[in-house]
Amino acid sequence: MKQLFAAACAVACVTAAPAYAWEPTKPIEIVVPFGPGGASDQMARTLQGLIQKHSLSPQPVIVVNKPAAAGGEAMMDIQKSARDPHKLLTTSSGIYMTPLSTKMPVNWRDFTPVAMLAQDEFLIWAQGSAPYKTLTEFIEAAKTASPPFKIGGAGSKREDDLITFALGAETGVKFAYIPYKSGGETSTQLAGGHIQASTGNPSEEIGSFKGGTAKPLCLLSEKRMRYTTKVANDMSWSDVPTCGEQGVKFTYNMLRGIFMPGRVTPEQQAFYVDMFKKAVETPEWKDYLERSGLLPDFRDGKPFEEFLTADEAKHKELMGKAGFLPTN
Amino acid sequence: MDDFSALLGGFQVALSWHNVGFMIVGVLLGIVVGVLPGLGGPNGVAILLPLTFGMDPTSAIILLSSIYWGALFGGAITSILFNIPGEAWSVATTFDGYPMAQEGRAGEALTAAFTASFIGAISGVLLITFVAPLVAKFALRFGPAEFFAVFLLTFCSFIGMGKDNRIKILVSLCIGFLLAGVGMDTISGDLRMTFDVAELMRGFDFLVVVIGLFGVSEIFLTVEEGLAFKGKKAAIDLKVVLRTWAGLPRYWATLIRSSIVGMWMGVTPGGAIAASFMGYGLAKRFSKRGDNFGKGEIEGVLAPETAAHAAGTAALLPMLALGIPGSATAAVLLGGLMIWGLQPGPMLFVEQKDFVWGLIASMYLGNVAGLLIVLATVPLFAAIMRIPFAIVAPIILVVCAIGAYTVGNSIFDIWLMLLFGVVGYVFKKLGFPLAPMVLALVLGDRAEDAFRQALLGSGGSLNVFWANGLVTTLVVLSAILLFWGPLSDLIGWAKGRGKSSGGASPSAAR
Repeated sequence: MKQLFAAACAVACVTAAPAYAWEPTKPIEIVVPFGPGGASDQMARTLQGLIQKHSLSPQPVIVVNKPAAAGGEAMMDIQKSARDPHKLLTTSSGIYMTPLSTKMPVNWRDFTPVAMLAQDEFLIWAQGSAPYKTLTEFIEAAKTASPPFKIGGAGSKREDDLITFALGAETGVKFAYIPYKSGGETSTQLAGGHIQASTGNPSEEIGSFKGGTAKPLCLLSEKRMRYTTKVANDMSWSDVPTCGEQGVKFTYNMLRGIFMPGRVTPEQQAFYVDMFKKAVETPEWKDYLERSGLLPDFRDGKPFEEFLTADEAKHKELMGKAGFLPTN
Repeated sequence: MDDFSALLGGFQVALSWHNVGFMIVGVLLGIVVGVLPGLGGPNGVAILLPLTFGMDPTSAIILLSSIYWGALFGGAITSILFNIPGEAWSVATTFDGYPMAQEGRAGEALTAAFTASFIGAISGVLLITFVAPLVAKFALRFGPAEFFAVFLLTFCSFIGMGKDNRIKILVSLCIGFLLAGVGMDTISGDLRMTFDVAELMRGFDFLVVVIGLFGVSEIFLTVEEGLAFKGKKAAIDLKVVLRTWAGLPRYWATLIRSSIVGMWMGVTPGGAIAASFMGYGLAKRFSKRGDNFGKGEIEGVLAPETAAHAAGTAALLPMLALGIPGSATAAVLLGGLMIWGLQPGPMLFVEQKDFVWGLIASMYLGNVAGLLIVLATVPLFAAIMRIPFAIVAPIILVVCAIGAYTVGNSIFDIWLMLLFGVVGYVFKKLGFPLAPMVLALVLGDRAEDAFRQALLGSGGSLNVFWANGLVTTLVVLSAILLFWGPLSDLIGWAKGRGKSSGGASPSAAR
């Protein structure tokens, strides 16, 4: 806490003074805990491009993918890299979910939180030609289905699995959750009608949405999205109703943020906080947010830490209910 | 024909001076990426992606897809010369390519590989040009059950065709499945067989294992044989290209078969790796000289290379038409398209005509450029075989180690590579085939995932594997291919003409 407080102060000082107390002396490595082409990878590569374009760092940025073990490989790598100020990790809810479900010996408290850049939305999608147009109609159809309706998502005991569980628990409908390797694969399977629905981020399904092979049933968020530009079929993201409007109260958002290895100095942390503060103000970043349907939500220092603590507790409770925590 | 004039327009775009420049740079970079084991097409494209953000999308995709072509070509070089597959899809190329090089026919093998690659790629591009929307839809019919059936077909076409000791094939296959099971399980989300060792969490990377099993073990064997190196007399002049070409028309059936297998595996996201193995397996079964496979048969180089390239190229089709990446490299390109502000999918062909047809035209030109560039390098690469082995061996080992390290940026992988080098050496000494193990390692976990996904969806009922015409056809075809070998042996034996078929077959000889 004390360290973070110092960091917050350092940020204030840095913004006031032109020179930095610390600057990277060799290329910065952004470790992505997912494969090339995925949503996290796209975020990292967008950042890489705009940091270079706007000269936000005196050193170049490299993106390294470490997708194994649902991001566990990347987290272990950051764990081992304590005191290395030239490594960054992009994170999602996986930062708690993977250690919780696998008992992998990593904990985000051993890392240094830099900033949350945005929150990702989740939607429930159906095949474009499916007879149901709303969540209500979908649930009605699912009630009598045999074998149960299949909902697909990326990975097991992860975000998509959790949402499917929560949806089933709240509506009292039995669903068969089918785990696929990635969001892209899930999207293909939905387009082919091999599953009745999928849970996915806007960026995972936007291609199918535009092509008409998938349609959003509802948004798992408190409020509708803000983007009013038409995306497909004369629909904008803001036209997608929330699940709450259709009587399902469960909501789910996922952080997209940046961590550093543990035990770095406050000056080193401050440099990156400042760099990302500038990065999220660039037009390229704003384009990226709109394209990927992300909710802008920049937090650093204490507010970020508080968010992480609360979000982790929420996940632990939900995962416990869903039976995702190891029992032995 | 509307599309045809659009294609001509595309050629105009692709043939501008700077685009041709990007094409050549891309192909050269791609060859480097393909030659270095471990770096690989997806990584090569991903590394260069940010450089293209400022470029116009058409030039950017021409540059990146040229890297892809180059990597596809380059993968064959180390497979043939040193028995080290630079890319996963060139494993099958080593089976006959390396024996050819050892016989002093490296130039011939390289020419055959490059030409086959070119033929495969062009058939893939023709597919994209003329039947894009039609074929793309076909990929959507593949659910978990169908995927499992495709993998089953790959296993069966490769194994049922083998004439080795079948018990040894089975043993090798099972070890491969076991290795594929290490790491995180997609279906349960749990870690398996990692014994709390952090390095094992990643599972066994295919490339690390292959570099060890094939490349490193080969060095051990050669050292044991007293550093004798058989490639010294290799003639090195460009005439070898023409001589090889003169002999190619004889293999038209293999080339066509492999092209079809490849195109089909690329469109159904079965991928180039499965395609190359299937192409090899089928060629071995249907060729008149099938018994010679594994001892340096040119057809054994042509078949997997044609199939791998047809698949690699056709994999771009679902990406463009539906936004579904057919391969890892295609997935990276897909990410790139979105960053350039282009949305793949059916609308791409309508909204971004210039881009799509520019890309398709660049596929033709990129492959022609690629073929010319790699053919020009044949004498250069064949000359490497003249260097004394005592000098080359340490260099190969270093390249192997760099390759193994690059895969996951981990020192542990270098040790793993050496360990698999020893395993490969022992296997070769005992006459166990390596290929089934590699095949099971690369496709085993995907087959398992597909099998379990299918059963999750059907509520545990096996009926899902003959629920529709497509999956039933695949399963029946697999069964035929699997039992063809044993049955024909049995019939031969019953007729009293059964000869001992153990020993020298491609994989056992390796």
